[in-house]
Order: sequence, then structure tokens, then C-alpha cells
Amino acid sequence: MTLGMRVSGGVAVLLWVLGMAAGLTLAPPEEHMSDLVRIMFVHVPVAWAAMATFTVALVASVGWLATHRWGWDHLLDASLEVGVLLGVLLSVQGSVWGYPTWGTWWTWDPRLTSVAVMVLSFLGILALRAFVDEPEKRASWSAAASILAWGSVPFTYFCVKVMNSLHQKQTPWGAMHPDMLKALLLNTATITLLTVWMLMARYQLARTELRRELGT
Amino acid sequence: MKEVVRQCSLVVRKELLHLWRGKARLVATGAFAFANLVVFSFAGGLHGEAMRTNAAGFLWVGILLASTLALGESFRVEVQNQALEAMVLLPVHPAAIFYGKAIGNFVLLSLVGAVMVPCSIVLFDAVPVGGLGRLFLTIPFGAAAISAPGTMHAALSCRARSRDVLLPLLLFPLVVPGLVAAVQATQLCFLGDAMGEYGSWLTVLAAYCVVQWGLGGLLFSHIVEE
Repeated sequence: MTLGMRVSGGVAVLLWVLGMAAGLTLAPPEEHMSDLVRIMFVHVPVAWAAMATFTVALVASVGWLATHRWGWDHLLDASLEVGVLLGVLLSVQGSVWGYPTWGTWWTWDPRLTSVAVMVLSFLGILALRAFVDEPEKRASWSAAASILAWGSVPFTYFCVKVMNSLHQKQTPWGAMHPDMLKALLLNTATITLLTVWMLMARYQLARTELRRELGT
Repeated sequence: MKEVVRQCSLVVRKELLHLWRGKARLVATGAFAFANLVVFSFAGGLHGEAMRTNAAGFLWVGILLASTLALGESFRVEVQNQALEAMVLLPVHPAAIFYGKAIGNFVLLSLVGAVMVPCSIVLFDAVPVGGLGRLFLTIPFGAAAISAPGTMHAALSCRARSRDVLLPLLLFPLVVPGLVAAVQATQLCFLGDAMGEYGSWLTVLAAYCVVQWGLGGLLFSHIVEE
């Protein structure tokens, strides 16, 4: 692990502690949901990080198909795994929040359904990578499949705006209590940094795996 | 462009000829779709009203499950005799191969869908309120929504390990938007369209088809040329 990664990892953990403290103590309870709203400080940043990571997968896919440079495939490999991890975490957090507020762990609402489809789409591509032995084929096929699967990302983001959904729409920044906004921004920065750290670590692992596979 | 269209028409001709000569594939896919409808009848609890309400969903899930057989088989024969490699070496443009194979699968799934419509009407007592015209218009759109991404992913999975697991794993999440639109449009045909929503769902379905058929043509070369 490089020095830069150790430093960024350390900073991310420190920020994470501060972010949790801000979310639990600095931000006031919400009028209707009271303290339940505090899950927002991890739920919203994880949603942002998951969608951003899948978008990184799209960029990496286009990059590989255009240049055939292995770096893009390592980035694709990393972003697929980290994105699926964040997507699963997002669904679990949503269920934990949904039960006390909606009275159910899961409902076939457009937002929840589209998140499930998004995660399953990319999970299938992880399976594809596991079942293809030749590195070149694995890279090209998973890149093509990722481009097709990425369509679920904008759909997930915009569906609450254009469809009737139990899930609330994105709250404008100005409508939030300033202390809530501070806690949310701090946690968003923290989880983004943690995501970048995970991507870097997984990228290095993918590079090592390929070298071992090719015997170079 | 003219050459690609000519090559595509030749691939379509080959696909249709293959479909006609090997009727077993068509019969097996249709029989599997019908078996799905029968099994769904039991899953629905055998209540007339519930089955009628869910008839559209049963019909499309039956077609989708059966499509995995047809799509997988359409590429298995190409890989078995290294015919796909031969077509690429000829050289046939990858887009012509994709559209040729996708049109072949589209014809097969449309035929299966057309046969499953009367079966659904009988099994689920789902007499279409607005007549059969709209129902038979929806079937090819739904078949197109499955056949383009299905052809793409069948081409991927047929050369990977555990291809039978991989195809549905890749295909099912991807076709959800198209499947939802097809089920909604079909349900309006079966149960009536008091709010005039049919056109909107058909538009969603058509838009999904345009995106999938367009992207498939663009990306297919990266799959077959590796």
C-alpha cells in the first residue's frame, strides 16, 4: 500500500468519526421522524457514492473499449465491486429506515425497484467476469455489458421526479436546517473519500491479479 | 451501409432457414412457455379473478423464461461449429451479425408470444376487453424488447463458463423496464383502458427497444471480435 493511500485512508477514518459525531449530535431531530432522520447522514452519501461509482464503471468501460489499456479494466473491476458493495449497503440502510417510517422493510416502489435492478445488473457483470478466463475477452465483454447496465443509474436518480413514488424527492439544500446540511456535507465528503480509497486499493489488487494471471 | 444491410438480410435468411429446418427449437420454446403458464395458474391460487388480473404478468414472465432457452440455443449452434468466428472472418460486419441474429430471435419470440395469447385467454379467462388488435400489436414490441439485449447477452454468455446461469443473470435485470411496459400495456388490453394509458406504455416500450437495438449494434463488434 502506498503512502498516499495510507494517508487518505487515515484521513477518511478520522473524517468518518467526525461525520458520525456531527450526524448524531450536531444535527437537530426532524419534525416528523425525530431521531430516525439521522440515518439520512449515511444513506444519502452512500446513494451518491454508489451512483458515482457505477458512472466511473461506465467511463472505465468506454476507456477500455477505446484504448485497450489495462488500467481502464482495473478501474472497471474496482468500480464494479465497490459499486455493488455500496448498492447492497444502500438497500439495507433503506430497509432499516423504511420499516419504522413506512411500516414495511420493502415495497415495490419505483425508487426501491430501480435500485434493486441497478445492483442486480452490475452483480450479473461481476458474475460474468468470474466466468470468463481470458483477460481480453473478460475486459471487453464486461465493458460492453456495463455500458448497457449503466442506463439503470439515471433512471434510479430521476424516477422519483417523474413517477409517483413513496420515496421522497431530493430535498433542496436551502430547505434544510443549516446544521443538518453541515452534517450531510461532511458525511458525503467522508464516504466519497472512503469510496475513492476502496477504488484505489481494489485497482492495485486487480493489477496484481492480472500480472499473476499473465505470469509477468 | 448498403453492404451491411445486404449482409444483415443474408444472416436473417440463414436464421429463418435454421428456425424452419430445426422446428424443434420453436416447438420446445413454445412448449416451455406454455408449461410456465400452466405452473403460474397454480401459483395464482386458481382464483378466477386473481388469475385474470395477473394474466399479463404471467404471459410475459412465461415468454421471458422461455426466451432464455431460445436465445442460448441460437448462439450455442454458432459456437459449436465455430460458425461465429467464420462469419467474422468472412468478413461479415458485426452489426449485420447482431441485427440478423436479433431479428431471427425476434421472429421466434413473436411467434411464441402470438401462440401464448390465446393460451392465456383460455387458461386465465382473460378475454381482451378492447379486442385482440392491440394485444397482437404489443406482442412484437415486447418480443423486440427481449430479443435485442437477449441476443447481446447470449453472445457473451455462450462462450463463458456456466452459460446457462449467466444468461438470465445478465438479461433479467436489464429487461425490467421493457418488461414492465409490456406487462402494463398487455394488462390494459386484457382489463380495459379507461384512462387511455395504452399509448403511453407502448411509447415507453418502443423507446426502450430503440435504445437496446441501437446500443446492441454499436457494442456487438467488441464482443465477437475479441
